[in-house]
Amino acid sequence: MIDLVQPLLNGERRALARMLTALENERPGYETALAALYPHTGRAWIVGITGAPGTGKSSLVSALAKAYRARGQTVAILAVDPTSPFTGGAILGDRIRMRDLAGDAGVFIRSMATRGSLGGLARATRDAIRVMDAAGFDRVLVETVGAGQSEIDIVRAAYTTIVIEAPGLGDDVQAIKAGILEIADVLAVNKADLSGADNTVRGLRAMLELGHPASRTELLQHHGQLMSVEPSANGHNAPLWMPPIVRTVATNGQGVDELLDAIEQHREHVLSAGLVELERAHIEIEIYERLRETLLLRFLQALPGDTLADMLRRVQAREIDPRGAVSELMGLVGNQAIG
Amino acid sequence: MSKQAVRVLIAKPGLDGHDRGAKVIARALRDAGMEVIYTGLRQTPEMIAEAALQEDVDVVGLSILSGAHMALVPRVRELMDANGLRDVALLVGGIIPDDDIVTLKAMGVSGVFGPGTSTEDIVKHIRALQSGQGA
Ligand SMILES: Nc1nc2c(ncn2[C@@H]2O[C@H](COP(=O)(O)OP(=O)(O)OP(=O)(O)O)[C@@H](O)[C@H]2O)c(=O)[nH]1
Ligand SMILES: [Mg+2]
Repeated sequence: MIDLVQPLLNGERRALARMLTALENERPGYETALAALYPHTGRAWIVGITGAPGTGKSSLVSALAKAYRARGQTVAILAVDPTSPFTGGAILGDRIRMRDLAGDAGVFIRSMATRGSLGGLARATRDAIRVMDAAGFDRVLVETVGAGQSEIDIVRAAYTTIVIEAPGLGDDVQAIKAGILEIADVLAVNKADLSGADNTVRGLRAMLELGHPASRTELLQHHGQLMSVEPSANGHNAPLWMPPIVRTVATNGQGVDELLDAIEQHREHVLSAGLVELERAHIEIEIYERLRETLLLRFLQALPGDTLADMLRRVQAREIDPRGAVSELMGLVGNQAIG
Repeated sequence: MSKQAVRVLIAKPGLDGHDRGAKVIARALRDAGMEVIYTGLRQTPEMIAEAALQEDVDVVGLSILSGAHMALVPRVRELMDANGLRDVALLVGGIIPDDDIVTLKAMGVSGVFGPGTSTEDIVKHIRALQSGQGA
């Protein structure tokens, strides 16, 4: 895989595509290649785009990419869709809405299925984003469905997160829910051409006002800016960001320039408020995750034969409680596993 | 613990406006555990070759009902080859006369599937291609 590194850095699209497959498949040597690419990362601005199914994420990503191209910036798109838990297969259909980007060498689109296990999604996505960053794209746009935990994890790899809402998806206020406040840097009300958009905007605004500024603490925490969450008396210099609400019609481009401006304003805000802290927070989360995974894997490998299965059986038979089971397992191999 | 998945691009080149058949095949391949990149209607050969490159697929499946297969398929193959995708298999579904099937296969199409084909046969064909390559 290491032979892909130089061509990828030179901008060869096939090398980029093959590297993405290599990391998804965890092909031998992919880790060395990723390590060689890492020093070349940290240049792209990473934008996460999430929202309920059918809100227009792909259409909006496509429109945003076009707008970025008009401003002379290159764009990589990563469109993530769920793998069917029953068959392990997936239909990745986001490209359908990205036809307009065809034939532009300044755009690269990759569809990705969530595939395997817990936590794996965030890991592969993060690696894929890094590879696109190293390939030299100015902006990386990451589309993910929904707002479940795994999507929030992905969002933690982004510097700016857009949450998309659209009218006509049932009870808007219900659909919106509080979790969004924690992750949204910009809110887009797409399908603004449909009736009900005003209601969606109103609902979002009410929620934001409720949440501002005290409950923004959490947002700031997520951005690693814990130090001054109190808005200063005159409102100046406080590192507070109030997510703007932008109305868009992805299908005709209306509002897309405004959305792009909002992203870029947020970028300016983060750059002045301290990208260093934001990045450090992301790195900390990632290192914790990887440590947890690695330790668990080593521990399980160090367990003899069917110790684990046997322990599960004993817990189920009420011979031992789950805590006791863990202590006993730790006692069995704890030190070797870590050493 | 293999994380491998077969990736297939399903595209509908040309101007005919039905993609029901293509969707049925996409779902069947998904149900067989494959990752299907579905690109929708009215794809040009250039779009298809570009998507195949970016998505790094193992197989490209074209659904063509317009009768324009002799113009479209060789062009897709040519552009894929030019993109360095000589190893990527190309399958064609549609109403294709026997003579054309022979010609298409000679041009590097690995399988041609008529209207009566069961989706199982297509799955089998792709699996056979994979085991032939991957071993
Ligand atoms: N009226 C209207 N329709 C839109 C707009 N944006 C997208 N759509 C339509 O909404 C449908 C879904 O759009 P997508 O872009 O595929 O939405 P998505 O959120 O990416 O969907 P998933 O990836 O399946 O979750 C398509 O039929 C679009 O044409 C809009 O601004 N107005
Ligand atoms: Mg989509």
